[in-house]
Amino acid sequence: MFGSLLYFPQMILLQSVENPASQQAEKINRLFNFFNIAALGMLLLVCFLVVFICIKFKEKKEDKGEPKQITGNKRVEALMIGIPALLLIWFFYQTVTTMNAVAAPLHPTKEPDVIITGHQWWWEVDYPKANVVTANEVHLPVGKPLLLEMRSADVIHDWWVPELGNKMDLVPKMNNYLSLDINKPGKYIGACSEFCGAQHAWMRINVIAENESEFQNWLAQNAKPAIVPTDTLAIKGAEIFQTETCANCHRIQGTASTSNVGPDLTHLGSRTELLTGLMKNNEQNLYQWISHPQEIKPGAHMPDFIFSKDTVQAIVHYLAQLK
Amino acid sequence: MSETIYIPEPSTSFPGVGVSTDQGLLQWISSVDHKMIGIMYLLLALLFFLIGGVEALLMRIQLAAPVNHFLSPEAYDQIFTMHGTTMIFLVAMPAVFGFAVYFTPLMIGANEMAFPRLNSFSLWITFFGGLLLYFSFVAGGGPDAGWFNYAPLNEKNYSSSNGIDYYAMGLLLSGIGSVTTSINLIVTVLHYRVKGMKLNQLPLFVWMVFVNSFLLIAAFPSLNAALAMLLLDRQFHAHFFNTTNGGSALLWQHLFWIFGHPEVYIVILPPFGILSEVFPVFSRKPIFGYAFVAASSVAIALLAFGVWAHHMFAVGMGNTADAFFSASSMLIGIPTGVKIFNWLATMYGGKIRFTVSMLFAVAFLIEFTIGGLTGIAFSIVPIDWQLTDTYYVVAHLHYVFIGGTIFGLLAGLFYWFPKMTGKMLDEKLGRWFFWLFIIGFNATFLVQHLLGILGMPRRVFTYPDLPWYGVLNMISTFGAFIMGGSVLLLLYMVFKSIRSGKDAGKDPWDGVTLEWLTTSPPQLKNFDEVPVVQGSRPLWNWKHPDNADQ
Repeated sequence: MFGSLLYFPQMILLQSVENPASQQAEKINRLFNFFNIAALGMLLLVCFLVVFICIKFKEKKEDKGEPKQITGNKRVEALMIGIPALLLIWFFYQTVTTMNAVAAPLHPTKEPDVIITGHQWWWEVDYPKANVVTANEVHLPVGKPLLLEMRSADVIHDWWVPELGNKMDLVPKMNNYLSLDINKPGKYIGACSEFCGAQHAWMRINVIAENESEFQNWLAQNAKPAIVPTDTLAIKGAEIFQTETCANCHRIQGTASTSNVGPDLTHLGSRTELLTGLMKNNEQNLYQWISHPQEIKPGAHMPDFIFSKDTVQAIVHYLAQLK
Repeated sequence: MSETIYIPEPSTSFPGVGVSTDQGLLQWISSVDHKMIGIMYLLLALLFFLIGGVEALLMRIQLAAPVNHFLSPEAYDQIFTMHGTTMIFLVAMPAVFGFAVYFTPLMIGANEMAFPRLNSFSLWITFFGGLLLYFSFVAGGGPDAGWFNYAPLNEKNYSSSNGIDYYAMGLLLSGIGSVTTSINLIVTVLHYRVKGMKLNQLPLFVWMVFVNSFLLIAAFPSLNAALAMLLLDRQFHAHFFNTTNGGSALLWQHLFWIFGHPEVYIVILPPFGILSEVFPVFSRKPIFGYAFVAASSVAIALLAFGVWAHHMFAVGMGNTADAFFSASSMLIGIPTGVKIFNWLATMYGGKIRFTVSMLFAVAFLIEFTIGGLTGIAFSIVPIDWQLTDTYYVVAHLHYVFIGGTIFGLLAGLFYWFPKMTGKMLDEKLGRWFFWLFIIGFNATFLVQHLLGILGMPRRVFTYPDLPWYGVLNMISTFGAFIMGGSVLLLLYMVFKSIRSGKDAGKDPWDGVTLEWLTTSPPQLKNFDEVPVVQGSRPLWNWKHPDNADQ
């Protein structure tokens, strides 16, 4: 924990609004820096006045009688109101121009590139043009203007990746839009920022920004239906998945299960993390999760099942193969 | 024994609390004296402040280290919801009312509030509202959707315990108390001013309380309507906010914030009034720009109803609506912020006495400036889009509520405690308390600005071990415990002072307003006689006939 002190000051910029990686985030960051300078100036002015006045006008023992009774000064009062007012007018102008440069239209005419639907407590990610549906890890291309559509399946969630700019609420029965031009490839982390219930803290966001060619490869890979298992353990796992309750909530493309109550698992094996950032994706963690979900993510909508160890092993073996 | 019911009448305005005779505790409970009710309001605020403070410390323990398992997410959600609800509705408002009902009559030369029984009713309905809210913990679970309780998370299908029903009922009840007190204060100020005291020469504390009461009466209906609709949804399957049945999630936000933003000013205007008494008295000068300070509070009260949607810049209202609320929020920042310079100019050229009360007032100037400036950050929509709902907001609102409201109330406590009890608070221990509180407060909340910028959302029960998160949160937790310790010191000081404090006398600070004319504590009848007054500083004028206000 205290090790991070050594990396000052490079670390301070990571995953923060001060490390913009999209055109939108850059514009907001520019305005934020202007604001910080003005605010710091104002704060220093007040601090200076407080200290100066406190020292200069402290009551002295030898000093008898009352000070001059001044009730006001029209010119000073005009300045006190005028200067902050002028500053605010400038900031309002900057606010409006930046808003217009950053925000997506309220009712866009073009089709969204990605539809993101918030669920308690995971993200459904739909690429309508490519007919790809995935969950939690959001792959996006770099250097291309993107339109993201935001929906919610239950309560209000909020999409926020600090390095990529403005956040946007996902409101049930509303379609919100976000414009995004990512500048450089990389992994960007964020989190749901509107309180959405018990596991709000573990509704984190992973954005993987790639060059267009890599992104197209990823898209093509994920457009394929899930692989058909060949070894006996995996075949058993696939069977259990369909016949026990798993298939009622989770979709695996190419099989009979098509529900989207829980995250899509078609290519689960290719993701790096499980449970929106709660743990690394490997067979041990997957085993732990399926064995007692309510211990690992209390309140999650996946109930504790009474499975034998063999059963869980078979399911895990099957799911891990879905790359 | 006769069968008549005997209700004890208080014999003094600051009696003991023994339980062996009915002249003790019972006469407090049955009292309709505005001074005893004022003190009971302050005790009510103190009780809930301790509860809300313990909730804050529980949260800070949970957040001290990444991926901590001290509290379950369900417990954490109930605790943070109750912390916010308690601090706003059961601490800030009762504390404001405590000073308002105690000192409004005294400062205008009146002997009582206009409606003494209504005054008592207001206090007790607020108290029972608070009890009902807390009863939720033994009735299946506290409310768990945050103090602003957004739809549809506040609906039965997402929050199935009865906590949110208790939240709605508790707030409706305590809200009735707030509205009746406001009516009482307005009538008192309009009708019971001493001869010669014009409405435009009220002491600024009274003026702020007066303006504030109108603000409160106008703001509460929106909250009450929303709470009633929510109860209908939860109990009778209505569909106001239930999105799965065609309700609107955003309707709740609009209704709540039309109340909620004026509420922020409701708990800051009276502390502004307190500071407008404290600065002049301890600088030995009149307030700089009385007319501006008085008029700007009216401007704030009116503008307060046009800024609510700046809490909603991220819900997708579109740029036109966002720009409107951005402009109105910046506009309200001017009358709020410029007062800092009025108070500075009041000190300028004075002879400043650094009592503990004045120390809190001076510290307020800096702390509230920090909260005010980050408030401006949120009126700049694109910055809000980045930082809303993060720890930057948590820092901002605590700099406003603690650095503003609580610092103002503490300045008021140290200023008026001698009047209320007849005893001085220990100035030396007071300085210890002041510095501990300042250090604890800033250590807790200054670093939270950074956490917000680094991407930490608010209302998370835990967080991953990202760079800086652990160390900054640990500092914050450490600061919270310093603050908690300083509050214990304050309790000790109050207790010690009432037991064995120095006698205050009528007028320990060389005050300028009418409350310093009577004994400390005042008799049940505040004044035997008040001469006709002139100007907003009647005592000053009598003390300095050759240097009186124009």
